[in-house]
Amino acid sequence: MAAITLTVNGARHQVAAEADTPLLYVLRNDLELNGPRFGCGQGQCGACTVLVDGVPTRSCVTELGTLAGRQITTLEGLASQGRLHALQRAFIAEQAAQCGYCTNGMIMAAKALLETTPEPSEPEIRDALAHYLCRCGTHNRIVAAVQRAVREG
Amino acid sequence: MNAISRRGFASGLLLSFAFSPALAQQTTPIAPRRLPGSLNTNRRLDAWLHIGSDGKVTVCTGKVEIGQGAVTALMQIAAEELDILPGRITMVSGDTALTPDEGVTAGSQSMENGGSALRYAAAEARAILLEKASARLGAPAAALRVQDGMVSAPNGNGVSYWALAEEGLLRREATASVQPKPPAEHRIVGQPVGRLDIPAKVSGQPIYVQDMRMPGMLFGRVVRPPSYAARLISVDLDAVRAMPGVVAVVRDGRFLGLVARREEQAIKAQRALAAAARWEIPASLPEPAALHAHLRAMKTDDTISNEKHAEAPAVAQRFSASYTKPYLAHASIGPSCAVAQYAEDKASLRVWSHTQGVFPLRADLAKVLGLPLDKLRVTHVQGSGCYGHNGADDVALDAALLARAVPGKPVKLQWMRDEEFAWEPYNPAMVVEVSAGLSAEGRIVDWTHDVWSQHHNNRPGNPTRGINLLAAWHLEQPHQPPYPRALPQPAGSGDRNAVPPYDLPNQKIVHHLIPEMVLRTSALRTLGAFGNVFAIECFMDELGEAAGQDPVAFRLAHMKDTRARAVIEAAARLANWQPGARGDGSQGRGIAFAKYKNVSCYVACVVEVAVDRTTGEIRVPRVFAVVDAGQVINPDGLRNQIDGGIIQALSWSLKEAVQFTPQGVTSRDWQGYPILTFPEVPKVETVLLNHPDLPPLGSGEASQGPAGAALGNALKHATGLRLRAFPYTPDRVKAALNRS
Repeated sequence: MAAITLTVNGARHQVAAEADTPLLYVLRNDLELNGPRFGCGQGQCGACTVLVDGVPTRSCVTELGTLAGRQITTLEGLASQGRLHALQRAFIAEQAAQCGYCTNGMIMAAKALLETTPEPSEPEIRDALAHYLCRCGTHNRIVAAVQRAVREG
Repeated sequence: MNAISRRGFASGLLLSFAFSPALAQQTTPIAPRRLPGSLNTNRRLDAWLHIGSDGKVTVCTGKVEIGQGAVTALMQIAAEELDILPGRITMVSGDTALTPDEGVTAGSQSMENGGSALRYAAAEARAILLEKASARLGAPAAALRVQDGMVSAPNGNGVSYWALAEEGLLRREATASVQPKPPAEHRIVGQPVGRLDIPAKVSGQPIYVQDMRMPGMLFGRVVRPPSYAARLISVDLDAVRAMPGVVAVVRDGRFLGLVARREEQAIKAQRALAAAARWEIPASLPEPAALHAHLRAMKTDDTISNEKHAEAPAVAQRFSASYTKPYLAHASIGPSCAVAQYAEDKASLRVWSHTQGVFPLRADLAKVLGLPLDKLRVTHVQGSGCYGHNGADDVALDAALLARAVPGKPVKLQWMRDEEFAWEPYNPAMVVEVSAGLSAEGRIVDWTHDVWSQHHNNRPGNPTRGINLLAAWHLEQPHQPPYPRALPQPAGSGDRNAVPPYDLPNQKIVHHLIPEMVLRTSALRTLGAFGNVFAIECFMDELGEAAGQDPVAFRLAHMKDTRARAVIEAAARLANWQPGARGDGSQGRGIAFAKYKNVSCYVACVVEVAVDRTTGEIRVPRVFAVVDAGQVINPDGLRNQIDGGIIQALSWSLKEAVQFTPQGVTSRDWQGYPILTFPEVPKVETVLLNHPDLPPLGSGEASQGPAGAALGNALKHATGLRLRAFPYTPDRVKAALNRS
């Protein structure tokens, strides 16, 4: 088992795991991060999403060996100087969760959307989240939270 | 702070409670007066509340957070009655060592039972504190005012709860003799207080059982048979034992599992173990195309859910119809997970679980594992939304069976996606046959409703013989599931909401319970109500059309209940309902109503559809809902439940069906079991009719039935097609449109 160096939320970490290990397990079990969550292990639901060099990426199907030199950002990495990111604040303000298990993927996907499209239309938000599954039926609040984050930045 | 330390903190704090069920029983009089809600079965005040001299209040509830906001709403109730700010309260929920036993968090009963109990317990605690304050301040209790725990007398003297708090203050029987506040004085109840758990969920703080990490923790995985009936011919465990990181491999009958140091090692070993097992897979399930005919022909235990007869006009026309729905999955986004840890001597066990009922789970675990109840502690920690009885309880037994092989070590086990989809207990497929006679004047004269269904509630903790935990059925010495018995009305099970809410002179409702397990089934939100309301409310439209009456007017003509009339009328107004308006072949709207369990929350929905006749695809642009849930505790939480229920029910109605062949379940991922996605989700406009003077009514399961049935009526209104089988997939809609 080789040591692999990962850059997560700006910090470098040495991880002793096989190169074919899905990133998700290292983030959760070695780095003790909770944002990315195991939903399907098949890249279908989006609960495990992280940003790799700013691109939303399903960490459950992304192998460690492909990540040398890449910048990984998780939900925990969005806050700065002790203040939650505008999207996180908006999700609280809109109470945009029920169980909240999918919330990580929603926020990370929305973060990537706002990077490329700072003022998305509602259909653009829905399309950006089309492959992120929510089972509680909280979709409209999630869309409203993204819109609020755009408004309140 | 992780879930463990939070619980640890709570357990230290609560040691002074001296709460034990046995003690509660000893002090219970032989014929105790009935107390409100769950206070009746948990009668000590200190089981519910602890007032600390440090200005902190601990509220204990047997109800648990499953994403529905119940714990926040319960906190509001306690804060309101105690006259303290919510920030003083620590909520402790669902722990067999710490909290009252309130059974399962299900059936939309948290406000009705748990809320009522807390309201009376807190009102009484406040009165006890005021009595002490009265003596201290030399002023009559009735003259005292309380603001955030500070009691003040008319002369300006004051004393705080925290100065009055003392050991044993609430160590007494509840009497429920103190009337809670009148609604007009409510300041916290009725407000959209933010959920306690949402900040942690958006920022990645540990809150789920999946987030638990403990020193020395190992990771477990199981290997399930390929089908319910599969027989294990052989398995080579040695190769798996030699794999990197593997600590233990367990085989007991056809239960197979392993424990490893790292999670990815456990998953690799799981794959290897699955490959090392040889199974015989008999064809044990019906042909899916003939499912409903198969169910209709099975042996049943029949009960009459409701019957009444009265004088009525002669029948001029007679109608009948048969409605069906498939098996539905809970399809939680996060597969079920648990942590279990045996003591080194294997004499006791701790389990952390997102079960809906820590006490019922403990009861079944104790029987399977051969442990006395007092050596087994089950603690609730949140999981992914469950919407009913998913794999939460099963995975707790799995984790315990693996932890037994590594005593002293905590074992965390999360099911893989395919295990949750293939093994969770589904919401049963149903057949509903309805018939009715109309008088010459277009009034319903008689009505019959026959429902065929497996049981909708096969949870652990059944007091009769048998175990409702999956792995228990697969052990070398297997346990059997309890024989399912119909549950009485009005809650019912397969016949929940089978009694029409209308005032009909003659009716007979028969529940044909199928005791045999075809697919494994148990409780999903609404139990049978979703299927029964689909049939009743679509059939109402069929009858109204035959009588030449508008759906809204036809319903009102058969409805005396003023609260029901109010929500139906308000929904029609909200949706700008135009009586007699015609669908244009692709666009239309439908209405449906239900009073949940016939005794609880009132919901009317209007659903709009746009149907692509060439593809059969149904789009739902908008839904309107009007809700009477009695007293509203938290309007934002209530809306979240109602809107979420509508969207989930539209997903069920438009897309969902568990797929299987005679060899087993085949829908094992999100491609095989698609659900509604963001671009497909409708706008939902919901209006709450608040009745602060009436009891709160559970809302988590109130909107699904009306939403599905209104969709059915909207499809008919838009296209002329009456489709009596869910789901309304494009293929099915297109084929039916082509036939019609």
